[in-house]
Amino acid sequence: MQRREGLAKLTGRERYVDDLPLENFLWGMTVRSPAPRGRITAVRFGNDVDWSEFVIVDHRDIPGPNEILLIERDQPVLAASHVRHVHEAVLLVAHPSREMARRAAQAVEIVVVPEPAALDFRVAPRPEQIQYAADNVLKQLKIEKGDVERALAHAPVVVEGAYETGAQEHVYLETQGMIAWLEEDVLVVKGSMQCPYYVLNALQHALGRDERRVRVIQAPTGGGFGGKEEYPSTIALHAALLALKARRPVKLVYDRSEDMAATTKRHPALVRHRTGLTEDGRLLAQDIEVILDGGAYVTLSPVVLSRGIIHAAGPYACDHVRIAGRAMFSNAVPFGAFRGFGAPQTLFACERHMDVIARTLRMDPVELRRKNLIRDGQRTATGQVIQDGTDRVAVLERALALSTFEEKRRAHTAFNAAQRSKRRGIGLATFYHGAGFTGGGEVHLNSRLRVAGLPDGRIEVLSANIEMGQGTLTVFTQIAAERLGVTPDDVVIGEPDTARVPNSGPTVASRTTMVVGHLIERAVDDLRTRVGLDDRARGSVVKDAIAHWYAAHPGGRLVGEAVYEPPPGISWDEQRYQGDAYGAFAWAAYVAEVEVDLRTCATRVIDFVAVQEVGKVINPTLARGQVQGGVVQGVGWALMEECKFKDGAMVNNQLTNYLIPTSDDVPPIRVAFVENPYPHGAQGAKGLGELPIDGPAPAILNAVAAATGTEPRAIPLTPERLMDLTR
Amino acid sequence: MSTVQVVFTLNGAAVSLDLDPAERLLDTLRYRLGLTGTKEGCGEGECGACTVYLDGLPVNSCLVPTYQVRGARVESVEAIAAERLGPFLAQGATQCGACTPGVVMTALWIGAHPELLETHTIRELMAGNLCRCTGYDGIVDAVSTALGHGEPPV
Ligand code: FES
Ligand code: FES
Repeated sequence: MQRREGLAKLTGRERYVDDLPLENFLWGMTVRSPAPRGRITAVRFGNDVDWSEFVIVDHRDIPGPNEILLIERDQPVLAASHVRHVHEAVLLVAHPSREMARRAAQAVEIVVVPEPAALDFRVAPRPEQIQYAADNVLKQLKIEKGDVERALAHAPVVVEGAYETGAQEHVYLETQGMIAWLEEDVLVVKGSMQCPYYVLNALQHALGRDERRVRVIQAPTGGGFGGKEEYPSTIALHAALLALKARRPVKLVYDRSEDMAATTKRHPALVRHRTGLTEDGRLLAQDIEVILDGGAYVTLSPVVLSRGIIHAAGPYACDHVRIAGRAMFSNAVPFGAFRGFGAPQTLFACERHMDVIARTLRMDPVELRRKNLIRDGQRTATGQVIQDGTDRVAVLERALALSTFEEKRRAHTAFNAAQRSKRRGIGLATFYHGAGFTGGGEVHLNSRLRVAGLPDGRIEVLSANIEMGQGTLTVFTQIAAERLGVTPDDVVIGEPDTARVPNSGPTVASRTTMVVGHLIERAVDDLRTRVGLDDRARGSVVKDAIAHWYAAHPGGRLVGEAVYEPPPGISWDEQRYQGDAYGAFAWAAYVAEVEVDLRTCATRVIDFVAVQEVGKVINPTLARGQVQGGVVQGVGWALMEECKFKDGAMVNNQLTNYLIPTSDDVPPIRVAFVENPYPHGAQGAKGLGELPIDGPAPAILNAVAAATGTEPRAIPLTPERLMDLTR
Repeated sequence: MSTVQVVFTLNGAAVSLDLDPAERLLDTLRYRLGLTGTKEGCGEGECGACTVYLDGLPVNSCLVPTYQVRGARVESVEAIAAERLGPFLAQGATQCGACTPGVVMTALWIGAHPELLETHTIRELMAGNLCRCTGYDGIVDAVSTALGHGEPPV
């Protein structure tokens, strides 16, 4: 099936938040902190502005607690007396003219008496820099399996390494934006977001409104990648506060530079490995330390850390594993959800380290992986027994075959000997990604989904899960249509509007197709039962039965429902961090071929092969597109996307100096799927969205290592960084 | 604020507007004329989401003061016939859609000038249109399978 809303997007008819018609509204603007930390002593309004024309909001206008509801409540909606990072929102202004609002925002001076800021998450804070708990540690987590110290002490070979990854900006092409207005007594907020119920909960909390007086609607969303998971609550609150005070609709849409400066990014990370092995390369012990920069508020850092450490040991079997992780407070703009959610950072370290190990042992990195890839019946670091029937070595072999790995390696030896200034290399990463929320997360979410029969026999899917480019509308349509044997035109996907749709959970964590799609299957089954049919009834039989039901029940409403149920046999111990971390893992092997110019130290990816096992592929075009897009985002993170920070804030907050890959920077991404249907996912599907960002960076750096003989350990591997290694 | 009168042809029809000479063509299209198909991705000429044709050539409308198009011919994505877009749908050239109208404008322009492909690759020619979702394969495949016939875009 082709993308449902595709033609609307291609013709420009799709209306994103900034495209929606809005009458008699004000443009909102945000006034932000100039300092990384300090006490606000004054707010000065410039003389050149006629302030009577403006609506102005500060923390005193917040009806409820000045807190953005998330895991913790440490982050204010608007800073009151203290600021903890540059660009922290302090004040809001609104005016009918966007230009006037912009100028006014610039005419406000926030006077801050500076206090000592913590700006390097890698070094222990000095006492005067402590701002969270006793040690600036936002969250600490540990996984232990076996006896690592003993195993390391007896290991014939121990290999150590430290690896660093930088922040990454999402660069969803549509910037963040919200509009807010009042309908009678109901506050309506509509905009670009991944999680309507997160926004709803945040609005209810800080505005002191019950569910009946707030309504959140997702507008078509131009990309998210995690960047529209938690941040939209902030901008929604800001737009709402202005609209409530102005009693007029307010539009708050960031331009690119504000978006890049003020919103979340991928957590920077430092990961240390100490690995014990036999001389022939069997893993005996993995001792891993993971440190993340959380930034100035807790936001989602504890769960990013959780996913990060669970993936840190890689898709390998090892009896003795210790993974200690911590997320550190710093006076940086808070880091947040980004596709992969901690796993790309730790998998980069793990997979780069595997090649370092191979070189230390003078062993083929392919052979090292073949030897250690986890097999059915073996346990992960959290003790989860893997037994999904996937042949992970076969996934690897497929990637080697498609990329002609061995031939290329030989060809490169000849090429590198013949060339003066060019070097070629090929590199590999084998990895996995757990789909859905971690541990008991899905149970805790308790997602609920509804489908409604319509009087003409069609059915409508009512869920809070959103389309942001990844294909939700199309895949949901396919799942419902296939289950009932009807055509895609018989399926309507309802607008994610909290007044109409139940809370089927956030659109994150590669859970939408696998988890929520499975709820659709069960909800349409329920609907079918309610019209007196069993699972064998399909097509027009079902449609007719729905229409008859309405004829027999005038004024009635026919719905089918499903509530999340965990797959049988899953258990998780949150205290000990042991058990089944995920219902399912997707498995992959990626191969990158690079060419390095030794004069400029520029690295170019010249071929890329991505092989993965993601259960059943529901829509091949969409699935391939997800992988290709994720890989290219990974190429950017590996080689060129560098957030430059000053005082904890990004200073290259423009697309002129924060470079993302263009069509000319990347080769065609060759994608292949190995299928092994997962019984508890929709049509056998497992999660796919995040997996493709995990593999490119280590595969590319391993290729650069092979090409140049250096051991790069940090990304982005910019020409400057590589030059330091090669000179 | 002093305004000037600007007369130009937009999607085949004459328009006459009084506006601030500094107003961007992108804003004129979107906020004054309600043609929201043209998108803003960066506002500084980097992303191509705002691509329109000015006298038949693709330009970034975020960099063009509307005053500058007086007497000229402007076409926006709203002028593109939907029938032309089948290959883009089939190849997965759009995901979130925020880059898409700009991509369509550039791609159809390449299609109208197949001689460009003698000296440039599609990847080079599309490099002014950033896309964060597709990884570009869907876009490049759509251009290469469907275009190159020399048909004018509008
Ligand atoms: S908005 Fe014009 S080039 Fe990006
Ligand atoms: S489709 Fe989302 S940026 Fe291109």
